[in-house]
Amino acid sequence: MTDWPLLSITTFLPLLGAAFLFTLRGETEQVARNARAVALLTSIATFLVSLLVWLNFNPESADFQLVDQAKWLPDFNISYKVGVDGISVFFVLLSTFLTPICILSAWEAVQTRVKEYMIAFLILETMMIGMFVSLDMVLFYIFFEAVLIPMFIIIGVWGGPRRVYAAFKFFLYTLLGSVLMLLAVLAMYQDAHTTDIQVLLTHGFPATMQTWLWLAFFASFAVKVPMWPVHTWLPDAHVEAPTAGSVILAGVLLKMGGYGLLRFSLPMFPLASNELAPIVFTMSIVAVIYTSLIALVQQDMKKLIAYSSVAHMGYVTLGLFTVNVKGIEGAMFQMLSHGVVSGALFLCVGVVYDRLHTREIARYGGLAKRMPAYALTFMFFTMASVGLPGTGGFVGEFLVLMGAFEKSSWVAFFAATGLVLGAAYMLSLYRRIAFGKLVHADLKGMMDMSAREIALFAPLIVVVLWMGIYPSTFIAPMQPSITKLITDYQLALKAADAPSVAAR
Amino acid sequence: MSELPNLLPALPEIFIAVSALALLVAGVYSRKDATNGVGIFAIIVLLVAAILLTGQTAGKVVTFNGLFAVDAFTSFSKVLVLLASGLSLGMALNWLGQEKLGRFEFPVLVLFATLGMLMMISANSLLSLYMGLELQSLSLYVLAAYHRDNAKATEAGLKYFVLGSLASCLLLYGVSLVYGFAGTVSFAGLATALEHGAHNTGVTVGLVFILAGLAFKISAVPFHMWTPDVYEVAPTPVTAFFAVAPKIAAFSLLIRLLVGPFGSLVAQWQQIIILVAIGSLVVGAFAAINQTNIKRMLAYSSIGHVGFALVGLAAGGEEGIRGVLVYLAIYLFMNVGTFAIVLAMRQQGRALEGISDLAGLSKTHPGMALALTIFMFSMAGVPPLAGFWGKLYVFLAAMNQGLIVLSIIGVLSSVVSAFYYLRVIKVMYFDEVTDPLDQRVGTGLSVVMLVNAVLIVVFTLVPSQLINWASFAAHALIGG
Repeated sequence: MTDWPLLSITTFLPLLGAAFLFTLRGETEQVARNARAVALLTSIATFLVSLLVWLNFNPESADFQLVDQAKWLPDFNISYKVGVDGISVFFVLLSTFLTPICILSAWEAVQTRVKEYMIAFLILETMMIGMFVSLDMVLFYIFFEAVLIPMFIIIGVWGGPRRVYAAFKFFLYTLLGSVLMLLAVLAMYQDAHTTDIQVLLTHGFPATMQTWLWLAFFASFAVKVPMWPVHTWLPDAHVEAPTAGSVILAGVLLKMGGYGLLRFSLPMFPLASNELAPIVFTMSIVAVIYTSLIALVQQDMKKLIAYSSVAHMGYVTLGLFTVNVKGIEGAMFQMLSHGVVSGALFLCVGVVYDRLHTREIARYGGLAKRMPAYALTFMFFTMASVGLPGTGGFVGEFLVLMGAFEKSSWVAFFAATGLVLGAAYMLSLYRRIAFGKLVHADLKGMMDMSAREIALFAPLIVVVLWMGIYPSTFIAPMQPSITKLITDYQLALKAADAPSVAAR
Repeated sequence: MSELPNLLPALPEIFIAVSALALLVAGVYSRKDATNGVGIFAIIVLLVAAILLTGQTAGKVVTFNGLFAVDAFTSFSKVLVLLASGLSLGMALNWLGQEKLGRFEFPVLVLFATLGMLMMISANSLLSLYMGLELQSLSLYVLAAYHRDNAKATEAGLKYFVLGSLASCLLLYGVSLVYGFAGTVSFAGLATALEHGAHNTGVTVGLVFILAGLAFKISAVPFHMWTPDVYEVAPTPVTAFFAVAPKIAAFSLLIRLLVGPFGSLVAQWQQIIILVAIGSLVVGAFAAINQTNIKRMLAYSSIGHVGFALVGLAAGGEEGIRGVLVYLAIYLFMNVGTFAIVLAMRQQGRALEGISDLAGLSKTHPGMALALTIFMFSMAGVPPLAGFWGKLYVFLAAMNQGLIVLSIIGVLSSVVSAFYYLRVIKVMYFDEVTDPLDQRVGTGLSVVMLVNAVLIVVFTLVPSQLINWASFAAHALIGG
């Protein structure tokens, strides 16, 4: 089985499904039905293949595994090369896990242009997976940017009333960051004469160059994460995107920024990372506190969860730049759990939105009486988002704070205030929606979750509990890669320090 | 009686010239409307010329007493020009029939213009350069005013003619200065003269005038003013022709001129090219934002594209030239495809040009909307589409030469220009249908759209072929 190019299959299987969908013809109704079925089957098959990737992955090794390679531009030393290590393997799983859920969630919510919707999602899946498995900078860049195209279409075509504004803002913001990264990639190519990520990881760029490269990469990833103050596209995009679009946006697309920082910024530019870490800490802490405060006063459910995403991703960037085992593992874990939990929260919003077609918090209240199963599910994910022990949310935040404490107790102190604020806005959101009197007449007729919706949440609940109760499943495989990254990082810092000491 | 020069290197040109004359006679003496017949023959002529080109030897050959040169670089550019002319002529025939504008002079004029372009590309002296340029320009002036009973088209022709002649004058003046100070007009002679210290202020001033004349032909800032006006009012197939073939020809000429005879003056022209590139990038990005007419928008977009290609030229060297060639080749396919869609925009048989006329196109013409989306994303340079590779190679060369500020301005203006490309997509996908376009789209146009769109998409899978050709061509120019 290991002889198969498993990663390439995982990456391009959704694209194959999309190509098949292109050929569907006939009555609108029938096409829609077939498109849904084909898309769901393709995404489930992709998920199964990605499970094979996981099974074949050796958790004890820090190397890139399951590497596929093919000639692409041999004259330029640019090749098609994919592989996974402990850092990327879980992001692949996260993408393949969330996509079928997204497709299932759009089963009834999306009634117009169903075929195109499914094609867009499958293409998006290919681009996301491709980005996480790329082992060549040019290939990475192509996937990284190409994600924008289907997402732009998804927000713009199936989004809310201000979808055009949101789609443009999303596209142009992220493009602006990425083009600077492209120049940095070219500069790196000029210095190293290759775009092979494995080679670049050990290349060791000159110190002055590192600062510029780091800044260019940071411009791209900070927008993607998103970090304060370039986060403003996210609330707009989330509010206007259809439910499934929000799920993928929060669940996977935001992680691309964190993944990029971990894969490129830290190991390739260790000197610059070390030097500029205080900026990242400041931006992260501002993100955690400021966006939590903004979340407290939101009237729109999706906007509230969007701001909470910015705050949670603040922990991620904080953890990454502590560059100790706890901090980085915490950040990784936080990304995975946030991917699942925030995705689930957006689905929760989607459930009531499908019934009442409003996201205004004040229009709800007392849902616990009408929709007990829904209220229970929503509470579960609220708790996971707040970071209740026993859920996935706890482990990540706890590890990040421990890591931050090792670095600086003040950083940890400020970051920890975010936990309190997080509890405040999430619990108040839950109270305003689920508890209180059932005053709005139209709420009285609302039905509880259907079997399809329960099927949607069941796997998410299982995963969140699994992450909370036995996090080792996820942490153990990433440990070798992260340890190696940190060791190399410290070595690079020492090596840069040595000549200056000798000079004295 | 001197010996007859070696005619073989100029075989494609001679073939086109003879065929064009023959088609002219055939057109005059035919009793019925001969547009389609002449047109189809003209396309075949262009095709045969392309085949004759590929049969030529790879090495550099100079003939006609050093006036005419052929090498891999000229062949590469000529193939692009022939392709562009053939495709736009094919699209034009259909359109002319629908608009009842068919006249057999149209294909003949396209042939003469193409001949002029090929002459320009192969020019090996400032005189043959001027001759080729004028043959091309005069044919294009007539084409711009082709719809002669239409006031707007006449205006376009006149505007283009007046400004174009001015540019030609500037060029000619520059040529005379260069001749006066360097004592020769042949490329080889100039190269040796300038290398051996003949470069003085007079030659530099002459070079500036020549650059100004050529900047007009490629519509680079600050000589771009005519572009939007002429693009807008000229008949659409003429605009499609203007947008690609003459640009590629003038660009090849510019490259040959700057790295060949004026190669040793690189310090002088590089700064001019950098400034012109920045100007074109910025104007191309910002001026297009407010346009409502798709032809005007494409005019500004082409100014921006010229800016990107100039970034490669500013970088110079084999790498830079390769970047420009790759860019031009991809530009050809994107533009021809886009214009095929503009030509297909009709409502109850009437041709439309407003961007808002595309509203809801994704519902009424899903295939066409998808194709235009592909072209627009490609023009914006979003991977994995081909336009991205064009930009990548240009910026790769620029970064290698340390032109970092130019590169940063370049990528930032590509973000700004992404806005108006996205707006076209927004109109097609996010807006509701107001007045649907006609369902029937000519088979020829559909095929052009399909082929170009597929090429743009699959280019990422097999980019190495085109890039190797371009490398080979660039090497022939610099190395040989």
